[in-house]
Amino acid sequence: MSAEVTITPEIIQKHNVTPEEYQEIRSILGRDPNITELGIFSVMWSEHCSYKNSKKVLKLLPKDGPRMLVKAGEENAGVVDIGDGWVIAFKIESHNHPSAIEPFQGAATGVGGILRDIFTMGARPIASMNSLRFGTLDQPVVRRLLTGVVAGIAHYGNCIGVPTIGGEVYFDESYEGNPLVNAFALGLARKEDIVKAKAEGAGNPVFYLGAATGRDGMGGASFASKDLTEESEKDRPAVQVGDPFLEKLLLEAVLELLKTGCVVGIQDMGAAGLTCSTCETASRGDTGIEIDVAKVPQRETGMVPYEVMLSESQERMLVILKKGREAEAKRIFEKWDLHAEEIGQVTDDKIMRVRWNGKVAAEIPPRRLADDAPVYDRKAVEPKYLTETRAYDWRSAGKPGDLNAALLKLLDSPTIASKEWVYRQYDHMVRTNTTVLPGSDASVIRIKGTNKSIAMSVDCNSTYCYLDPYEGGKIAVLESARNVACSGAKPLSITNCLNFGNPHNPEIFWQLQKCVEGMRDACLALGTPVSGGNVSLYNQNPKGAIDPTPTVGMVGLIEGRQPVTSHFKDAGDAVLLLGTTREEMGGSEYLKTLFKVKSGLPPRADLAEAVKLVDLLQALAAKGLLKSAHDCAEGGLAVALAESCISSLGQETGAQLTVDAAGLAPEVLLFSETQSRAVITVAPERLEEARRLIAAQGYPCAVIGKVGGHELVINGLVRVPVEVLSHTWRGSIARRMDAAGGSSAL
Amino acid sequence: MKAKVYVTLRKSVLDPQGKAVQHALETLGFGRSVKDVRIGKYIELELTGTDPAKAGEEVRVMCEKLLANTVIEDYRYEIVEPAREAAKAAR
Amino acid sequence: MKFGVVVFPGSNCDHDCWYALSGALGRPAEFIWHKDGDVSGYDCLVVPGGFSYGDYLRTGAIARFSPVMEGVRRHAEQGKLVIGICNGFQILLESGLLPGAMLRNDSLKFVCSYVTLRTETSATPFTRGIKKGELLRIPIAHGEGNYYADEATLAELEKNDQIVFRYADAAGRTTAEANPNGSLSNIAGICNKSRNVFGLMPHPERAIEASLGSADGRRVFESILAEAAR
Repeated sequence: MSAEVTITPEIIQKHNVTPEEYQEIRSILGRDPNITELGIFSVMWSEHCSYKNSKKVLKLLPKDGPRMLVKAGEENAGVVDIGDGWVIAFKIESHNHPSAIEPFQGAATGVGGILRDIFTMGARPIASMNSLRFGTLDQPVVRRLLTGVVAGIAHYGNCIGVPTIGGEVYFDESYEGNPLVNAFALGLARKEDIVKAKAEGAGNPVFYLGAATGRDGMGGASFASKDLTEESEKDRPAVQVGDPFLEKLLLEAVLELLKTGCVVGIQDMGAAGLTCSTCETASRGDTGIEIDVAKVPQRETGMVPYEVMLSESQERMLVILKKGREAEAKRIFEKWDLHAEEIGQVTDDKIMRVRWNGKVAAEIPPRRLADDAPVYDRKAVEPKYLTETRAYDWRSAGKPGDLNAALLKLLDSPTIASKEWVYRQYDHMVRTNTTVLPGSDASVIRIKGTNKSIAMSVDCNSTYCYLDPYEGGKIAVLESARNVACSGAKPLSITNCLNFGNPHNPEIFWQLQKCVEGMRDACLALGTPVSGGNVSLYNQNPKGAIDPTPTVGMVGLIEGRQPVTSHFKDAGDAVLLLGTTREEMGGSEYLKTLFKVKSGLPPRADLAEAVKLVDLLQALAAKGLLKSAHDCAEGGLAVALAESCISSLGQETGAQLTVDAAGLAPEVLLFSETQSRAVITVAPERLEEARRLIAAQGYPCAVIGKVGGHELVINGLVRVPVEVLSHTWRGSIARRMDAAGGSSAL
Repeated sequence: MKAKVYVTLRKSVLDPQGKAVQHALETLGFGRSVKDVRIGKYIELELTGTDPAKAGEEVRVMCEKLLANTVIEDYRYEIVEPAREAAKAAR
Repeated sequence: MKFGVVVFPGSNCDHDCWYALSGALGRPAEFIWHKDGDVSGYDCLVVPGGFSYGDYLRTGAIARFSPVMEGVRRHAEQGKLVIGICNGFQILLESGLLPGAMLRNDSLKFVCSYVTLRTETSATPFTRGIKKGELLRIPIAHGEGNYYADEATLAELEKNDQIVFRYADAAGRTTAEANPNGSLSNIAGICNKSRNVFGLMPHPERAIEASLGSADGRRVFESILAEAAR
């Protein structure tokens, strides 16, 4: 492709630019764009970069709070004040489409990208998590995807030395052919060390740092904004290859560089590469920027400006230095054996100018490009399938039969089962801060030299979101808050990744809108604003859209005490159930696993009740009363109790329990997924104190028995040896994966 | 001039990756055709010299010092001259 | 006793080792950049874990040519202490300071998990304070920890009492199930013939405080400190 290509309607269409958008581009430029400019507009105005389809909906989410230092959308990640001069920067981002095409590299570069977003803000990444969703493991292709994605995350995260401390793995047919890979990262900084991605001060030099540019990932941002089709299998060049070693060098060099104070602004070249980083930094600084693409280090020969500007080669960043401080910066680049090249400068004419061999290859006002992308009002229509699913009577599915067998079947369901097969492959201990390892409700990182710890959890029950997007969106936030609170933390803020189907379909857009409304209400009730996130639309496969999946990453703060874990500790400890169980079987894992039914009305979450429980858990933790705490979620009370018995390898124990059925059918008592419940244990000598505190807060509570023995016994309904529970739950994924033979070697 | 270097695990060392691939080939129906699989590395060096004998000796030292770990790996190499390469391609 | 923690490009447990020594144990420890050849000011050198040079080509293969490794070799020849952890162990193997080599884990997967180690000898400066047969709970985190040596080398190691730790089950048996990576003879750590160079795949620096799950790793560092006090 050369700069002299004539723009035809076909070329415009190939760039996913509508005729109206083309007219808008013409009016911005006052002329027709050349091919390079068209390419630049097409990637910046893709959904991935501009949020043109979701912007109006995203406005619903609360972004303000006393702890919010950098709000959603202002920078590459939100920043939250955790006191005493410390701040955390965190974000979750999708890498779904690249992972579908090339699971290993797709997932690996997803981790690389989110980490760069964090450390370019001046924060050292201290933890990663991820939310992964796949079809069912009986499909060889799904096993291949899981193997590749997990290996890719391990490859990148382990090498760069940021612990991958947890996350979720969820299996459902709707993700077949369109897996979701959402990567979360969290960084820590001193408040004064946070830097902005701004280009300021005319004459300041613009540096290119990191890997050379190749043709890989051409137009990845626009690629991520198209439906996945069988054709996409052939789109392989759009997948980039990551180099975690190089990124480790970049990470150390950038943090060292930022300490010197010679940096004006810095931004990762992620989606839309050089284009996005130049126009966004200039737009934020309200300046202009001028670069010469001939000076950009190139890995391949014969690249034209179009390709250099749109390439998504990994491990690159744009650094704007203070004029006169270049030598200082170069010393640091050399120390870390990094290639840096001065490619241009900041200007004051508010134009982004791209030069190539003395000629101007593109000239665009950056603010119009970065901030004035079209915003669409998409049509929202309630999906037809809801009429049927809402009316579904769960009893029509059938009888559960033997309840012991039913419980074991649920524990064997890969969505519920232990994710040890996955997290064993991640280095979750490097940096020696992980005080709660993966496998509890939330993972916890301590901050050395302080009395603070950060608890974090990523969650979304997409079946609920499918059956009732509003309640589902709400529950995703509330459940993540409960998980964090179970560790004794105060929920602070969320980041979200909105994974949906094609927004041009009004039913899909309705799902998006309702999910966001649910999230908004939950965030407002909890006082946890949204610090940032990402939107991934067009998650479709030939069979249709994925279930709506608004993944939530919740972050909470623990101060002055040890975190609480979810497993039972000592024989004789009292087991308490907080909350009330109601008949809420719609959308349950019970229906899905035992009867292959995904229907019914999912549980309703009462906001006041949910907030009360979160507060109560913190109050109990503050008094040191919680020996364990575990949220009741998928699989209901019986699964929560079983997990509490077995979730710590080598410390498994039984429990003898009697729960008041209150007129509920046995399967409802055991497997209903009523929200705002938790199973806690308290030392016997402190039981009265705990009960008084709970009563004072007015939360429903029942003492249901004691920890001990070698069996889990619930009323006359369940009696299973702990080793059977443990074997079933712990080996579920390995049994399915390893039965597949040596496919992991390929 | 080019050097093509092949590094494989020594015969006496178990190659779990090779075993896994062999197993996978068996499940694909190639069990009868494949007796053993060894996975290794292929390294291509663009050389500046023109004397194949001298280059060969240098590449041998490179293998001994860095490219292979002779505790566990065997190596072999070929020096390919551009003319011969082109002739090969033409055939 | 002054510790020096060697830092290669791609090291990522350097800070953890430094923290374990200076923070948790309160001993002087400094970082040594790999481009520095001078390590004369230190009593014990720690070659930490991570992915030096991205583990490209082979684990430890490129790091061994760093200028600092010449210093490490001289330091070892003088009889001073060197401990290589995980990637550090791999580097010591590649540089010939310890015998044998590392292969990929037999599972072909990276493994991060607590393991049980059985102490095979107290006759090293690194295990002087640990009784033979004592079990330690220490995490591993590696993709290539499958220790290999030919028969003659293994016989040498056995004969000279150079095997320091073996992977074992909770009862102290060195079973195949307790072997997390396929290591020859369940070997987790070895020392050289002169017993001043020690390499192990598990991470003692990660098991330094009870709040992290185990403090058994302290025993190794405390042995080194006790050795210095002798």
